[in-house]
Amino acid sequence: MSAVVARAGGVFWLPVVLAVIAFVLIGVPSSWLTLTVAGLSMGLMIFLMASGLSLVFGLMDVLNFGHSAFVSFGAFVSASTLAALSGWLTSGSLTLEVLALALALGAAVAFGLGAGWAFERVIVKPVYADHLRQILITMGALIVADEVILATWGGVPLAVPRPSFLEGAVIIGDSSIEVYRLFAVAVGVVVYLGLYLMLNRTRMGLLIRAGVENREMVEALGFRVDRLFVLVFMLGSALAGLGGAMWAGYQTLITPDLGAEILVIVFIVVIIGGLGSIQGTLLGAIIVGLMQNYVGFLAPKLSLASNMILMMAILLWRPNGLAPAAK
Amino acid sequence: MKKGTLTVKAAALVIWALLLFAPFLFQDVRQIEVAARIAVFIVLVASYDLLIGYTGIVSFAHTMFFGVGAYGVAIALKHMGAGWGPVLLGTAGGVVVTALLAVAIGLLSLRVKAIFFAMITLAAASVVLVLASQLSGITGGEDGMTYKVPELFKPATKLFTDEAGKVVRLWGVQMNGKLAAYYFVFVIAAVLFWAMLRIVGSPLGTVLKAIRENEGRAEGIGYRVVAYRTAVFVIAAVTAALAGSAYALWLKYTGPETVLSFGIMIDILLMVVIGGMGTMWGAVIGATALVMAQYYLRDLMEVAAGATAELPLLPELLNPERWLLWLGIIFILLVYFFPAGIAGTIIDKGDRKAGA
Repeated sequence: MSAVVARAGGVFWLPVVLAVIAFVLIGVPSSWLTLTVAGLSMGLMIFLMASGLSLVFGLMDVLNFGHSAFVSFGAFVSASTLAALSGWLTSGSLTLEVLALALALGAAVAFGLGAGWAFERVIVKPVYADHLRQILITMGALIVADEVILATWGGVPLAVPRPSFLEGAVIIGDSSIEVYRLFAVAVGVVVYLGLYLMLNRTRMGLLIRAGVENREMVEALGFRVDRLFVLVFMLGSALAGLGGAMWAGYQTLITPDLGAEILVIVFIVVIIGGLGSIQGTLLGAIIVGLMQNYVGFLAPKLSLASNMILMMAILLWRPNGLAPAAK
Repeated sequence: MKKGTLTVKAAALVIWALLLFAPFLFQDVRQIEVAARIAVFIVLVASYDLLIGYTGIVSFAHTMFFGVGAYGVAIALKHMGAGWGPVLLGTAGGVVVTALLAVAIGLLSLRVKAIFFAMITLAAASVVLVLASQLSGITGGEDGMTYKVPELFKPATKLFTDEAGKVVRLWGVQMNGKLAAYYFVFVIAAVLFWAMLRIVGSPLGTVLKAIRENEGRAEGIGYRVVAYRTAVFVIAAVTAALAGSAYALWLKYTGPETVLSFGIMIDILLMVVIGGMGTMWGAVIGATALVMAQYYLRDLMEVAAGATAELPLLPELLNPERWLLWLGIIFILLVYFFPAGIAGTIIDKGDRKAGA
């Protein structure tokens, strides 16, 4: 029985099970559809933010508590870019709007790449393989980054303009689905596929996966895992920035507290999914996204605690997460 | 005794002595606030050092326990009125809830990697913080709550009166309830600190250090690492809760910002690292240094920002609001260059000199 379940995908059916249970509990198909799409889009945005953290940990055993700083910076950088290009957004020309959005997301990604490189060289490199100091130092970096955001953008909430082609909703049957959510799902899926192909079809991906599984062996074969690690760290930071930028557009109003809220959700996701694997992170992110939306609808008071309870339950069942990387 | 250790202990004892005579030495409301805060944070930091310094457990839930202790007393006093009964009941309630939470978190997650534990405690602490701000019926929500404390601690209470019925003054200090409240906090802090010194010096403390140095070896010798870790986690949590209860009595106010916020967790981390991990005496120095910085560094920065108002960029960086930025940078530099903290560095240097 369990072998059959495992062959058919095993734990990867959990989101489907969750959706079916929710369908029964909610009972109204149109609300269910809206909530499911909302959950999926939220899950995929969280996936963007969490995947980098998970890979970085898997490859180098480095846990970056400052990861959420990239998310916050991504959100604020893209919001500022969009605000600066607001003329293009109101020009009514679709080309200019797409260009503005692309520039905003690109700015967040570029910032993530640059800041990720600097962060890895200055903050993380001196403390490889020393977990205690890693936690302390990245925590210190998070404090500094939050203060820099406060100093740069001030403590007031910042409104994020959206291109008009992402405004509004699609009506399917009785349920209305926000276009932005579909857009977020699309971006998430594209990034996931990109990561999947990169990890499974390229030489670099092969090295990364091998490094996650057994770093010493890859190093013994003559590959510089630490150089590879810088690239992975930059990629992870860039994805966090992209996730932050998407999240900013989703929230439309962002405050400097954004990073701290996200950090907790991202941690829960990587713990649930299992550290070091992209599939696990995607699974964890979708489960958390769906859970948050379903519970938020069924029992609003419980919505925050629900993810915590979920994490506790999964840890009791599988102490290493649902689908950790093979070690 | 080695020279470095002696210096650190002497410094810590001087701080304790200053705290003991604080109401007489610094006759100013603000200074007494600072002194009481230092006393409470010494306990908080020392109990956190039991985890991070002595056992090598990184937890981000320490303020959660501190807050549970404070909220226990606050809720009891708010809903049952002033009196010693509610204080005891609230403290006991806070301790029981803390112990249960600590056992649950400990047994569930101390088996897994240290890093998982750090993440899980962070998540748990944030959930408790949100709960405290949302369940406004019980906890007063974001605003927190003010309440009346037992008669003895009210500033109007006269501890000693002369023939005319006026409050007796000793060296110019009124023998009133405020003084009683301060000494209440001081005695509790001193007793808890002493208890932790005893723990660290006991065989239990030695086992904890063994676990920190090499978990597998400690297990191999026959110590059940998970049991010891959970035990020390519970001890530290209960101590933090007691410190929280005392602080709630002193402040007469409890809210998410003052006892539960993530900022306090960062303060504790900074104090432990500045003072020196793995030395109880370092906790005294770290807590004192940071609380003083919190109260007086901002004033200093204000002056500095005013003095450099003409220059570009500098005033913005010296803005008192930005003080956490500087602390963060100092924190990172400390972890890089002085991972042993003030106390640890002094001990190392002094002892090496003495040994050579």
